Formats: sequence, structure tokens, C-alpha cells
Amino acid sequence: MQGKNKTLDTCINVLDILAKLFVILIMAFPFFWMISTALQTLKETISVPLTLWPAELQWVNFVEVFKKIDVLTYLRNSIIVCVSVVTLQFFVIVPCAYSLAKYDYKAKPLVFAMVLLGQMIPMQLTFLPVYFMFSKAGLINNYLSMILPFISNPFGIFMLRQYFMQVPTEIIEAAKMDNASELKVMFKIMVPMVKSALITIGLLSFISNWNNYFWALIMTNTDSVRTLPIGISLLKNAETLQRWNVIMAGNLLLVLPMLLLYIVASKKIRNAFVYSGIK
Amino acid sequence: MSSISLKNVKKMYGNDTVIEGLNLEIKDGSFTVLVGPSGCGKSTTLRMITGLETVTEGDVFIDGVRVNDVAPGKRDISMVFQNYALYPTMSVKENIEFGLINKKIPKEERERRIKEVCEVVGLTEYLGRMPANLSGGQRQRVALARAMVKEPKVFMMDEPLSNLDAKLRAAMRVELINMHKRMGTTFVYVTHDQVEAMSMADDIVLMHKGKIIQQSSPAELYHNPNCIYTAQFVGSPQTNIIDGHLPEEIKLGFRPEKIKFREMEKEEGITLDATIATREMLGSEIIYSLDTKYGVLMCKSDVDMPVDSEVKIGVAYKHMYLFGADTYRIEFTDELKETISSVFGGARND
Repeated sequence: MQGKNKTLDTCINVLDILAKLFVILIMAFPFFWMISTALQTLKETISVPLTLWPAELQWVNFVEVFKKIDVLTYLRNSIIVCVSVVTLQFFVIVPCAYSLAKYDYKAKPLVFAMVLLGQMIPMQLTFLPVYFMFSKAGLINNYLSMILPFISNPFGIFMLRQYFMQVPTEIIEAAKMDNASELKVMFKIMVPMVKSALITIGLLSFISNWNNYFWALIMTNTDSVRTLPIGISLLKNAETLQRWNVIMAGNLLLVLPMLLLYIVASKKIRNAFVYSGIK
Repeated sequence: MSSISLKNVKKMYGNDTVIEGLNLEIKDGSFTVLVGPSGCGKSTTLRMITGLETVTEGDVFIDGVRVNDVAPGKRDISMVFQNYALYPTMSVKENIEFGLINKKIPKEERERRIKEVCEVVGLTEYLGRMPANLSGGQRQRVALARAMVKEPKVFMMDEPLSNLDAKLRAAMRVELINMHKRMGTTFVYVTHDQVEAMSMADDIVLMHKGKIIQQSSPAELYHNPNCIYTAQFVGSPQTNIIDGHLPEEIKLGFRPEKIKFREMEKEEGITLDATIATREMLGSEIIYSLDTKYGVLMCKSDVDMPVDSEVKIGVAYKHMYLFGADTYRIEFTDELKETISSVFGGARND
């Protein structure tokens, strides 16, 4: 009997591992394919059967990317926009989440409903009115047009509110007895207590802004302020035969910073999601 | 040091009135304990003095200055919370120092005060630790140090010992009494535990349903309760009340420890027949419940009696309290003494 049980356990373990490998394969293969293609010759990318790994690594594809588009300008713009958005978001979502979590006021349900609504309405519905508004204000085709619409982060506010709600009110009261101003309570007491959540929110927001193609495309029309996703998309234009190896090399350049950031911060993100409360 | 005074204070939450017409004087340098069952308004009263809760109507004075509109941090009050409320992301030292930094006290002065306070409460070697790495008792000490270091005019404590185990609680009670002696500051302490109140206070404010029932010294509260509520709140087991046998709904009360296992002279007191129903041995004394024709009476005595024995018990007149129909104390007149004597009789004279 025991022998049978052991065999069953082994079978289940093997199936378990196989299932996990399958999921990993599905998730990882596109990345592998991107890296592989970025290092192939043009001929390898279009030959049948498909080339899984290049015969010789073609680092020249990356040089090609730098030749075709002004990577450094796009990169600078992307960094300016993303860093500004994440920084400003911090100063908007912390007070908002704090007030929703720890204050009672008449308009609170309305404010909270608006925050949730902001999360539910897709960007594609709001871009037109926002575009007209910005156009009237003369804010089109500059950094502000890509920064200002994103300084609020409904998901961040919602998540941070949940965290702030777990902080015992006595701690805030103790700080008030210690003659701390509201700002000090928020940024000296509350913020350090939810650090991991803030890092997660900042990271997710950074990634979504880094990858934001649509908004940058409609709000800008000159290369001097456009961001990296638009720059990379230019790689596939104006040719009958798509040079997939160069396009993939460009894409690799685009996702590389995010990959590195994720590897560095993944532990913090996990902590934020399995958070068990402040004791 | 300073006195506190609440005048006609009313507190409402929405449409619910939790405190109405509260008048309270807390003497300069006293150790005043607000005591009462949960929901009696004692914590609300404390929080209104600190400013953490607004006053719906009426005025709060500290040292004769009206402080209704003064922010909590500017009232020169320190508070120790029930769950300590330490800042979890700050070290012990930072916790203690936070209030001083906000008060813009120079660094040298801060260092001096922290050193002094930590020596008093025994935290010197823990200054670099985080609160999460401290035991309950040590956290309590940090909370005390954080309150003391500000050298406040008034020291507030909201059930600060309720999270500690019994042994530590007893030790901390003594420490708090010593601390009060040494600092000479006004202490206001909230608890639901009558033992804590009796052992530490020099002034007890007994509250019930948002009203002050009696304010007096512990001894006065025990020996001279002004109503049935006070008589029964203080002391364990609670004061015996015999109801329905005297005219005009007068109720007779006496403490369990005042029942003697002997007959009383007619002039001295009353004597009743009783059967011992239960017996709880507590060590130095024994608690009995006695069946009498006037109901069950609780008795605390050091005399050892077996269960089910039939006994004569006596209660002296000088240990009796009489309460009127409104449950408040009435005077013990010779006339009433006659009535009691004739109603309960003396078993001896039957």
C-alpha cells in the first residue's frame, strides 16, 4: 500500500513540475524569441524552418537601431516623463489615500467613487476631451501633455488606502499629541509604514508609463519630446520587408530597463502583496 | 503641574449624546482615576481633555485657560495609549525624541532629557532597538518614556496596563505611583478595573452612562458610597442589597466582609438565619453565598465553615447603608433603625 502511495505522490509531483514548466514556457518563450530574433541575421528571421538560435550573434543589429533612430533623445524623454509622473503621483496619492482612510467628511463617498470611476474608464474614452482641453491651454506637444494627465493614480490611491486603513488610529493620535503637523504625520509616520506598497505602486506606474505608446503618440508630434516606444515603432516603418531583427533589438532596448528594475525590486513587490498588517 | 476643569461639557456623536452636563474638577498634582464600565464615557472624557475629541458644548480649562480650540499637541499634555501606539518604523530613541523635535527643543537638551528618562524607566540599553523587537513590558516603558520626556503639565493614561500580564501589571502599578510621586505632575488615568483605581488614585471619579456618580478619595468611595451603584462597583464580591422589605422602597445594603458569623445584640445590629450554599476558598479568606429568607447574601470571612451548615449571621448597624427609592443614600436615623430592627428582628429575641 505504502509503495503505491509513494508512486502516486511521485506522479503528482512530476505532473506538478510539468505543469509549471508549461506555464513558464508560455510566459518566457516570447522573451526568448525576442532575444533570439534580435541577434539573428535578416535571412535567419524569415527563413523556414524557423531559426531558434542564430548561428552567429549579430550584435550589429543594436548598432543599426542607434543609427536609424535617435535612441538617446527618446530615452531621455522617457526617463523625464516617467520620473516626473511617479514623483508627482507620490505627492497626490499619499494625501488622497490618507484622507480616504483616516478622515470623515461628507464628500468622502463621492471622492472615493470618483477614484474608482477613474480606474474603470479606459484612456481611449477620455483622450479626446483631454486632448481638446490641453490643446486650448497650449499644452500639446511637450512633456506636460504626457505628465499632467497621469499624476493621479486610481489604483495606487485604492491600494494605499487599504494599507493606511490598517494603521491603528492611535499611532496618528500619538503623533498629534507629539505636536506633529498633518504633513509630518503623513510623510514621517504613515509613509514609512507603507514603504513596500509605495515601491510597488511606483514601480507598476513607472512600467505602465514607460510602455505608454498611445498617449505619447496623440499628444506629441515632434521627435524632440517623443518617448522611446514611439521611437522604437519607427523602426518598422517605410520598408516593404520588415527587418524583424532590428525591430526586436529595439524592443529589447525598450524592455531592458524594466526587466532590470523588476529583478532589483521583485522582493519588495512580493512583500507588498503578501503583506500581513502592521503589528 | 496644573489643574483641569470641565464645565457643562456635552459630547454628541451624530444624534447620540454620550456625555451631558459634565462638570469635573481635577486638582493640581493629583492622581485622578476615571473609572467605570465600558461605554460609561471615561475615555471620551479623557480624549476631550487631550483634544483628540472635540467638545460639542461646554468648556475645558487647563490651568484656568480655556483650551477648546487648542490643538492636542499644544496643550502641554502627554498621553500613554492602551496599545502603546509606538511608531513602528522608528527606533526606541526616535520614538522618544519625535515629540521633542516637533517642539523644536535643541539637540543637546534632547539628548540630556532622553538619557535621564531612559535611566528612570530602564531603557538605556534598548535605545537602538525597533519596537517590534521589544516585549510588551518594554514597549510600555517606551510609551511612558515618550510621555515623560516632554515634561508635560498633565499626564494622561488610557488603560495603559490592560495589555500586560497580571504580574507585570502589579509591578507597573507600583512604578506609576512612584513616578507620580517623583514628578508631582497631574495624572489622569482611565481604567475599568476598580482594583487599579483603588490602589493608585488619590482621587477617584466613578462614571456611569456619561455621568459622574461620585468623586472622592478611594477610602471615602469604599466607606461612604453615595448610591447603590457606587456601593456595588467598589469591593468584591459586591455589596449585598436587600430590597422589598422596608417601607417606602428603602433598600438595605452592607458589604460581604461586614457579615459576622455570630448573633448581634439588639442595640448592635440584626441577626439572620442562613444556610451556607457555596464556599470559595481564596487562601486568606473564604467567600460564602448564604441562603436567607431575604435572598442570597454574599459573605467574605476568615472563619472556616462547611457547606450546608445552618448558621446565625449578624450585621452591625454601623456597617449598614440605606438607599432611597431613587437608589441614592439616605440618612440612617434612629427611626429607621427601629424599623429595621422590627422588620428583620434579632433571631435572638424571637
